[in-house]
Formats: sequence, C-alpha cells, structure tokens
Amino acid sequence: MSARSQILDGIRRSLHRGELVGDARAAVDQRLATPPRGPVVARAQLPQPEKVALFCQWAEANNATVARVAAPEVPAEVAGYLARNNLPASAVMAPSPQLDRYAWGSQKMLSLRRGRPEASDQVSITGAFAGIAETGTLVMTSGPEHPVSLNLLPDTHVVVLREADIVSGYEDVWARLRDRYGKNAMPRTVNTITGPSRTGDIEQAMELGAHGPRRMHIVVVRE
Amino acid sequence: MQSTARDFKHNAHDALRDANLQDSLSKLKVGFSERRRQAAERLPEFEALRDRARDIKNHTLANLDFYLEEFERKVIALGGHVHWAPTAEDALRIIADLCKSVNARTIAKSKSMISEEIGLNDHLEALGIEPVETDLGEYIIQLRHEPPSHIIAPAVHLTKDQVADTFLEHHRALGFTKRLTERNDLVAEARQVLRQKFLDADVGLNGANFLVAETGSSMLVTNEGNADLSNTLPKMQIVLASIEKVIPTLEDAAVLLRVLARSATGQESSAYTTLNTGPKRAGDLDGPSQYHVVILDNGRSSVLGTKMQDMLRCIRCGACMNHCPVYGAIGGHAYGWVYPGPIGAVLTPQLIGVEEAGNLPNASTFCGRCESVCPVRIPLPGLMRHWREREFERHLTPRTVRQGLAVWSFVARRPKLYRRLTGWANQLLALFGRGEGRYRSLPLASGWTRFRDFPAPQPGGTFHAQWARQRSRMRP
Amino acid sequence: MKLLEEAGCVVEVPPLQVCCGQPAYNSGDRASTTAIARQVIDAFEGYPHIVAPSGSCAGMLAHHYPGLFDDDPAMKARAENFAGRCHELMSFLVDVLGVTKVDAHYEGTVTYHDSCSGLRELGVKQQPRTLLGSVRGLALREMTTPEVCCGFGGTFCVKYPEISNAMVGEKTSDIAATGAGTLLAGDLGCLMNMAGKLQREGRAVKVRHVAEVLADMGDDAPIGERR
Repeated sequence: MSARSQILDGIRRSLHRGELVGDARAAVDQRLATPPRGPVVARAQLPQPEKVALFCQWAEANNATVARVAAPEVPAEVAGYLARNNLPASAVMAPSPQLDRYAWGSQKMLSLRRGRPEASDQVSITGAFAGIAETGTLVMTSGPEHPVSLNLLPDTHVVVLREADIVSGYEDVWARLRDRYGKNAMPRTVNTITGPSRTGDIEQAMELGAHGPRRMHIVVVRE
Repeated sequence: MQSTARDFKHNAHDALRDANLQDSLSKLKVGFSERRRQAAERLPEFEALRDRARDIKNHTLANLDFYLEEFERKVIALGGHVHWAPTAEDALRIIADLCKSVNARTIAKSKSMISEEIGLNDHLEALGIEPVETDLGEYIIQLRHEPPSHIIAPAVHLTKDQVADTFLEHHRALGFTKRLTERNDLVAEARQVLRQKFLDADVGLNGANFLVAETGSSMLVTNEGNADLSNTLPKMQIVLASIEKVIPTLEDAAVLLRVLARSATGQESSAYTTLNTGPKRAGDLDGPSQYHVVILDNGRSSVLGTKMQDMLRCIRCGACMNHCPVYGAIGGHAYGWVYPGPIGAVLTPQLIGVEEAGNLPNASTFCGRCESVCPVRIPLPGLMRHWREREFERHLTPRTVRQGLAVWSFVARRPKLYRRLTGWANQLLALFGRGEGRYRSLPLASGWTRFRDFPAPQPGGTFHAQWARQRSRMRP
Repeated sequence: MKLLEEAGCVVEVPPLQVCCGQPAYNSGDRASTTAIARQVIDAFEGYPHIVAPSGSCAGMLAHHYPGLFDDDPAMKARAENFAGRCHELMSFLVDVLGVTKVDAHYEGTVTYHDSCSGLRELGVKQQPRTLLGSVRGLALREMTTPEVCCGFGGTFCVKYPEISNAMVGEKTSDIAATGAGTLLAGDLGCLMNMAGKLQREGRAVKVRHVAEVLADMGDDAPIGERR
C-alpha cells in the first residue's frame, strides 16, 4: 500500500466512510467552484476615495511612509525621497510595463537598472498588483516583470501603487487574481506585504529590518 | 525531538527558579495578551470571524481526504510534487533524499514546528547537511542548542543579554567581536550573518500555516520575511506541513488570516503573508526550479472522528499559551516537548502517548482562559479532561489519587454518611484551629501547607448543621 | 440565605445533596461523576430554581451535567432541564430576580477576584460589582488582573503545589498593590487558597465571600481568622 493510500485510508477509516461520492462529493466540488465568503469587514467597505485614505492610514500605522501624488510627479517623488533619506540616487527597478508609464528619464540624476537585484543594490522600485485598504497591505505577484527578490533583498523598497488598484479586502484581491490568471493558474508567488520587515523575537519589542527591507515608501498615484 | 515531559514537575521546579526566564515571562504575560485584547476590540466582526474560522476548520476536517487530494492535484498541475509521509521517519527519509538529489550542503529553514516534531535538524546534520534556522528566534536557539519554548516566538524565554552573549560567542569567528547591547544592533548583526546563508543555501525548507486546496498553494505568515528569502533564492523549495493544514479556498484563508495575526501578536496583519504555488515559471527571473510539499500524518488521522478531533482545528497562533497562567509561571521548556502550553497539553499525549506526557493535561486549573481566546474555539480544558479520563480508565492515575478518589466517591454517593463525616471533620478542624483560625501545617495536607495557611472552619458546624438548627428554631 | 430571603425567595436546602461531583469529574472518573450527578438531580427535583454560592459548582451543574448523559437520552433531558434551573448566587440575584441593590454597610476598600468558572462558564462579572456598588461605606478598587486564575484549581494546588504557589503569589501581590483591606470573591476554594497565602505572607487583608458583605454580615470573622 502506498504512503498516500495509507494516509487517505486512515482518514476515511476514522471518519467511518469511503471516498466521498454522490451528493456529498457534489457539495464540496461546488464549494470549491464558488467559494463562499466569510463575514465582511465593514471598515473597508467605503467609496474609493475613502478606501485610498484608509489604505494610507494603515500603511503608515505599519511603519511605511506614504506619498500621494499625481502620475506626472512619480519620478520626482521617488528621486526626492531618496535624496531626503540620504540614499544613493540609484535603484534596481522591476521590468514591468506598469512602471513604463512614468517619465523616469525626467530625473537625470536617478540611475535605474531593470531586472533582479544584486547584493549591492540598496534600493528597489516596484509596482504592486493591488493594495488592501483594510490593513494597508501591498500585494505583489511574481512574474518576468516582477522578480520576488526585489521585494526582499534591498534595504529600501519603493512601491508605486495606483489608487485604482486599491481594494477593500483580501477577497477583492482573490477576485482580481482569478480574473488575471484564471481559475486554474496562479503566479509562482503572491506576496502580501504590510510595512517593512520586522521582528519581536528579542524581548518582544519590535525592531524593523529583520531580513527584508528596513524601509518601505509607498507612492500612491492618482491618474 | 526527545521528550522530557515525564520530568514535568522537575522541569517546572527548575523553571520557577530561573531568574532570566521569570524576567522574560513577566514581559510575555502582559505583552501579547494586552495587544490581542486591543486588536479584538478594534474589529467589530472579530467574534463572527472566530465562529466562521471554527466552522471552516470543522468542515475541512470532515472532508479532509477530499481536500488533500484536490490540493495534490493542483500542485502537480502547476509543476510541483507532493510526498506523503505517514510517519516522522518517512518525512525524514523523503527530505533527506530530496536534499541529496541536489547535493545540498546547506538548507535554509524557516518557521516549521513540524520539523522540530520529527527531529529534522539532527537527522540532516548526521548526514552532513547543515540546516540553518533563519527565523531570528529559531536562529538564536539553534546557536544555543535549545528547543523552542513557544510556537511563534521560539526565543521568548531569553533576555536581551542572553542573546548578546550568544551572538558574541558564535559570531566572533565570523569577525563580529563586539558585545552588543542594543536590540536593533543585535537584529542588524543577525541580518548580516544570515543574509549570506540565504544566498548560499541550496534548499529552502519552510512550514505552512495553510495549504490551499483550491489553488495548490502553500501559505506562510512571518514578520521577518525570512521565509520569502528562503523560498526564492535556493534552487529547491520544500514545504513541510501536517495533514490538517489544508483548507479549501482563498476565501477561507482570508477568514483565518484575520483571526490568526490578531490572536497571535495583536497585529492586524503580519508583515509577510505569502502564497507559493509550484516552481518558477518560464520567464521568471528568480524562484526555485523544484517545489516539493511533504505532507505528514504522524498520528493525526487517528484523532479524526474521535472526541479529541477539535484539537486539529489549531492554526498555531500561540494565543492559548500567551494567556495561560501555568505557562506564564513555568515557560515552554518545562512542558518537555515541541508544543507547550494548553495546545501542547492536548496534542503531546496524542503524538507521543499519555504514558509519557500525562503530566501535561493534569497541570491545569481549567481556568478556561485558553479556550476563551482560541481563534478557532478549541475546547482545550475539555480535551485535557478527556486525557484525564483516558488515564483513569487505563489506571495510569497515581495510586494515591485513585484511592483517595475512590474513598471520596464512596462517601459522596451516600449523603447521610457524607453529612456525618464532613460534620466530624468540620468540628475537629474548628476545634484545633480555634486559637488562630488557621493551620500552618496539617497532616496529609503538606501540598497545601507548604506554601499557605489552611483556614480553619468557624465553630458552629457545617452549613447543613447550622441550617437544620435554624429551621428547628423557626418551627413553632 | 439572607440575601435570597430578603429578595423574596422561599429557600430550602435539600438534605440529600452532597457535592456537585467536580473533584471526580476533573480527575477523569466519569462513572463516579455520573452517579453523583444522578443523585443531585434527584435531590433537587421539583424546585424551580437551584442556587449555589459558588461559580465552579454552578458551572458544573449548569454546563457539564447534561454532557454526562450523552448516551442516555431520557436522563439527558432531565439533566438539561435541571441545568436550566441552576444559577450562581450573584447571577441569580441580579439577572433573574432583578436585584440592583442591597441594604448593607461595610466600611473600607475591597477588591474583587473573578473566579474562573463563574466568569467564563457563567458570565459572572458585572453582577457582584453592581451589588457591591450599593453597599454603604464600601469602595471597590480593581486589581490589575482580577480575571487571572488564583491557582486553586481543585486538586491542582496539591498535585502541582509549586506552580500553584507561583500563581497565588502573583495574585496576592496584585491584591496587596490595590491597598484594599478586604478581598472578596464568589468561590470558597479560591477564597481559601488566597486567604491561606495572604496569611502565610503576613498580609493584613481580610478575606470574605462576597455574599457575607452583601448580606450585611461583614462583622463575622473573616476566612482564616477568629473573631
């Protein structure tokens, strides 16, 4: 008997039944096909402008910094942020078409490399698949235009997030994922990120920058 | 992992005298519980979410075989592999073989209590493979050759000074020769040391909070981001999870995540919640080229369908131990095995036997605080009582206790006898205690009188005796 | 008795009752527990309300009795009926009888310990405080953690005396920090445990069952002392 059968048969024996068939089987198939939602968290059920404000509020509560700008101002905001924080005017950027819509060339002093990060990169710039207003969380999906290591290796992570991509809660993110990738596919990694990396492992007091970025700057863009 | 649960009383005795531990526990008792309370208060839907979380888990357990098969189907469809491990030995063999297949020299580990349960690190080291713990707390205790003392904060029993000493001792060889005093410096040094380990590791192994059947994804929650590094940089990812970690859908995950972080640390959301589905896709610039999920049973399938089934709802948040006054007095190591606190008291006898671990469900006052904060409403005191019933049935309860109980039960079933005997006891104790009103020592009661006085009954007899006198006085 | 009669009740004390059976129940001796439970249910047959001045006893009767008879539907129905008639004293006075104040006087500061079963199984929290609020001369000062277990736990305190001692030691420090002259609670086991420790530590805190104060019997000797 295979290990697989051992475990599955053990489960069925304990539940005093064989494999699920008939109505019982149809019910769980149905539940997977149309997943039911749990209780709705009211605080994020808001009109879009308030949703954006809630996102910014929670992101800041979780130690990210937030700047709200219009689309043409994005490159200047990023360059300005790096200067204000005494960071080098150079970054590795996600090779994503989403970021191509901003006029990075206007910032002559800003040196950008597209691709995955090297150990020497101190700043990464990425877009985001979505922002979750309920908790101030960013959602990143992996792919050729967004290597996961950009979210993790450099010390400072700058994220360009469009207001239109801010949704209420996780459930809305899942709906977008299914729209984009279909029901039977997923990107290799979906990161949901709330603020910079942190740990409470020493005397339960929080310190930022455990293994991931120490600093996160979110540029929220109205288009 | 080797158990010392049999030595629970001895362990507890040492723990009560450990000044560093007591110092750390005094912080824990206030910290986590206060933050959890605030987080729960801030979310009006919290109680409804707890109910829903419990229901999701119950539904899943009743259909566990189906959801495991669905999960496997999806993992394979997206290019991953699923390995089934009925026992700990099976899991060790599977993981060792996977590591050997890529000539792994180091394996970066993140967040896996199951790996403690099966003793993975020792097994790998014996084979010449170096496991490196990347979660800061796990890393610290790995350096100290200690087991974790809490399921989400493994080094919670240590003070900052103890961590500083440990780092000095072990990082000196790497060129870090200064003894640090500030927490943020300690974190920064660990970050530096471990960064290189992430980059060098051949395999990344992590646990899972959830395995999502709908998408074939493993889901893991951290604050540090270490798991994200360990499942992105190395060329192979291994997910090690037990059978009850599977949940049906992403919507179910959303409910469970909302109660998980708040119950564990009082955060609205942990910093990183990650879904991994299979190996890197064509065109991806990073990610593992192999994705393996090892599904472990190790005694869990036999809990299904029994009175103890509810323990399988656990989502490993740690709230129960954060609120337990017994854990708060003695810390996690005293429990003697992988899982401490109330969930440990219930799970450990199941996994290593009640002969070995019987002390754990007995060392509880049934105060119920654990159950009141469990996000999936596990009736922990009730489950501990079931273990006590099993022990009693199998005559594992100490003889003195059984005999004492037998005498007491005999009397208690005979009301008139009970009245008479308690009346005598009452009068005797009242008589001899009439001077001060209390006893500093009493034969047969040294367990009590070692630490506190025993209050003597007031003269006048038992309540029933007084009541009877009052009634007879009142009668015309 | 006084409290119940002053609230307008006729009180009887069935002579054939013994104990709720909790010691056997919590030690895993289900057979003895069930036998005792049958007796108790019989002894209290016919009474519309059954009141216990103890959260742990009332919890046993109201919450755990029915579950003892899962394989005896007729008895289970009786047990459920019985359980529905059981109340803890404070809860009975406030929630069932609607009592909001008592006629009593007690000079001084008191602090109140929330016994675990009463609190978590029966929701006894506000009721004693409501009634204490009406006692003339009394001021209530809360501990930092009135809801944390005192370490009694029935046989726990003698099976694991060192751990129990650590727990009760935390409790007595918390009590002492309030500066209160009197400790009140609704469970005798907790009260004896805390009184014993307070006295061993030489602290001058009087310990009483909350009913004594509410019934204006606060002049009687406190627990563990002589008049």
